[in-house]
Amino acid sequence: MSIATRVGLRLEPRVDTPRWMNWAVPVGSFLSALLVGSLVLLITSQNPISVYQRILERGFLDTGSLSGTFISATPLLFTGLCAAVAFRVGFFNIGGEGQFYVGAIFASGIALALGADAQSWIAVGAMVLAGALGGAIWAFIPGILKACFRTNEIITSLMLNYVAGIGATYLIFESDSFWRELGGTGAVFPKGKIIPLSAQWPSFELGTLVVPFGLLLGAIVAVWLHTLQRRTRFGYEMRVVGGAPSTARYAGMRPARVIVSVAMLSGALAGLGGAADVGNFRHVLDPKGLQQSGFGYAGIVVAALARLNPIAVVFVAIILGGITNAGYALQGPDFPAGLVGTLEGLILFCTLGGEVLVRYRIVSTRRQAVTV
Amino acid sequence: MTTDVDSKAVTAPAVAAFGVSKRFPGVIANDDVHFDVRVGEVHALLGENGAGKTTLSNILTGLYRPDAGHLEMGGVRVSFDTPRDAIDAGIGMVHQHFRLIPTFTVAENIALGAPQPGERVRLDMAAVERRITELGEQFELRVDPRARIWQLSVGEQQRVEILKVLYREARILIMDEPTAVLTPIEADALSQTLTSLTSQGRSVIFISHKLGEVISVADRITVLRQGRSIETLDATGSTRESLATVMVGREVERVERRGVGALPGAPVVLSVSELDADGDRGLPALRSVSLDVRGGEIVAVAGVAGNGQRELVEVLAGLRPRTSGRIVVDGEIMDRADARHPIRMGVAYVPQDRLGTGLAPDLSIAENLVLKRYRRPPVARPPFLRSSVIDAEAQSLMEQFDVRAPSSQTPTRRLSGGNVQKVLLAREMSGRPKVLVVSTPTQGLDIGAVATVHQLLLDAAAEGVGVLLVSEDLDEVLALADRVVVMYEGSVTGVVDAADATVASIGVLMGGGRSEEVA
Repeated sequence: MSIATRVGLRLEPRVDTPRWMNWAVPVGSFLSALLVGSLVLLITSQNPISVYQRILERGFLDTGSLSGTFISATPLLFTGLCAAVAFRVGFFNIGGEGQFYVGAIFASGIALALGADAQSWIAVGAMVLAGALGGAIWAFIPGILKACFRTNEIITSLMLNYVAGIGATYLIFESDSFWRELGGTGAVFPKGKIIPLSAQWPSFELGTLVVPFGLLLGAIVAVWLHTLQRRTRFGYEMRVVGGAPSTARYAGMRPARVIVSVAMLSGALAGLGGAADVGNFRHVLDPKGLQQSGFGYAGIVVAALARLNPIAVVFVAIILGGITNAGYALQGPDFPAGLVGTLEGLILFCTLGGEVLVRYRIVSTRRQAVTV
Repeated sequence: MTTDVDSKAVTAPAVAAFGVSKRFPGVIANDDVHFDVRVGEVHALLGENGAGKTTLSNILTGLYRPDAGHLEMGGVRVSFDTPRDAIDAGIGMVHQHFRLIPTFTVAENIALGAPQPGERVRLDMAAVERRITELGEQFELRVDPRARIWQLSVGEQQRVEILKVLYREARILIMDEPTAVLTPIEADALSQTLTSLTSQGRSVIFISHKLGEVISVADRITVLRQGRSIETLDATGSTRESLATVMVGREVERVERRGVGALPGAPVVLSVSELDADGDRGLPALRSVSLDVRGGEIVAVAGVAGNGQRELVEVLAGLRPRTSGRIVVDGEIMDRADARHPIRMGVAYVPQDRLGTGLAPDLSIAENLVLKRYRRPPVARPPFLRSSVIDAEAQSLMEQFDVRAPSSQTPTRRLSGGNVQKVLLAREMSGRPKVLVVSTPTQGLDIGAVATVHQLLLDAAAEGVGVLLVSEDLDEVLALADRVVVMYEGSVTGVVDAADATVASIGVLMGGGRSEEVA
């Protein structure tokens, strides 16, 4: 017989995660994404350092760039919160996208219905509520299906994204709906009605910096969410149901009810994002634009990078918003539009890889293979 | 199947474990396990759930590495880093839950992941099919290699699993509760297969907790209890009763004999009558179970695992619906299958799966201590929870129950098994219950923690709580209980006073004998 020793690596589950890893791993993942990204940039014969420098300038440092970043960050903030709150309880809501559309449909609908004569604060308030309601209704469907029939919410919520997208397209392009502008150029080129000025959300100016109301609202919601999760009875139930469902049942909680509630809360957050999109930026229901943006999917990246912490979602949304914003600014003949998307994809990829390090540690083993 | 044992014993064992130990955080899964499997032998590993059978088979198949001790094959020391190493060494696992792809053919399933001799790129399906047919004839395991898995019966699927292992040239087959999924006829066929395997020099490790089948199928039986190998016995000469006794503990040291019991005239705090309930698969698991517990009394439910004990406690905790019967807690009828209802009525429950069901492992000790009281004041001031109250209560409960942890904010998953159990008992007792239902409260704990938990149960009874102790450990049952209710196949086969009970008399009842037969 012979004994061969070879050295290998294996993953062992961690009993405990050191505290520093909670921030070191996301930061490390981000940096490795930049590193891998620079390889991609080198292949496309770009200078990575100058590209990153330009992203930093156009996204954050140049005069007025941060205001643009805030606009890009606002929808990501809401969809990030949507994913973060749902994933915490093990409800994998991939439907932020569709809930965002439905929020936009509801919010634009109520703004148009109230008309130009409504007081501004009533119109804005109504849009906030309608957007949240729309998203909540849309997320209720996968929630109740999971609770009653144990359907896989990843599939149902994903499929509903297409339903919502097609629904929004129908309203503007394939019907004479209430949302559609039928007069003027709208008679020739299908488009949505612009919401009245009174329903358009304000932005606050701080020197050269413009902060949209939507971003502010999102930040407030994030703090509220954090309090809800950490300090309330419902938040306690969420944590038990998310971490230990059979313990929740044992303690007399109603996991199904908690999951449906969280699904609706999650959907409401995405719906709020849709309302903010109409109220603060587009001022119109624009199915094409919504579907091209893919805010719902990007929100999953935001939530993952923020490790599902609502407060961290605010900062991650602003960072990713900055990259997106810089991408718009840099796009041109020498800078392909897909590059920013590639970079975002790499960030998600590296984050998920980093999560493995949080949960497992790498142990080197000496293998002794014995041959008899 | 016990032919010619002596000549086999001369050769080195096909596989042997020497002092194998494996620890997980808070649990000792295997503790100094010794056993050896002879060539051409069916060797049973017998033990309760949690006795360490699965961990041991995971070590044998290279899924885990032992923390201490080693394995030998044919007298040569071996160590497996990966399952592949174990397969290469000739150990194969036949899983209880088949790992087959329903839409693939038998041959495709068997070829999947198996090394192809010679060929590296092309998969020679005809050769695989030929080999399967050969093996099928050699071991009388006839299956059509071209049949698709979904077309096969459960028994045939198991044959495919066995063929899969034989195709990889295993000399030692580990079968994890192979009869659990089979009909009696299929089980007979399996027993034929075992004969044919062993007569051709293969060895079988047969994992089970069923006494009868182990005696009929195995040549020798190694009994595991609490992670330790207790004894290896010849199957001939063993009886169900004798095995049950070894399985649950034979040294009866009545260390903590109480002799207190219920005070005269103490009220019946828990009365169960004619309870029927179904098991997970919808078959009757409880048949007309009746029992009473008085305040201050410890009533033990004894029996081999899987005879309805789990279903009984789950019904009492409101986690499983009953099909008929009556439960009365301190004069009040429990009429809803809902976990909140028993909690409100004063039924405390310490489940067997402490970290998986009893606690939220990622939450802190303090948060876990309020798991059943978080809804109402003083813990809650709706919609908020009062963290100051939660922390203060945690401090005092941790002190009172001697929970050793860095702080009340430590997640419970980081606690040792004994401290986990103390947190659970602290929480359940803090609700001032009338009845305390505890399920295998000392399983997997070390000796010191066992003594502490026993003392806590005695304290609970001394405070007038009626304790229903479900345990497979007869030492524990005889040490603590005032009365013993024995269950077999979902029925109560007898109720004996602990003072008159012996391991032998309880053993008979656990094997399905009625009380009349004891005398």
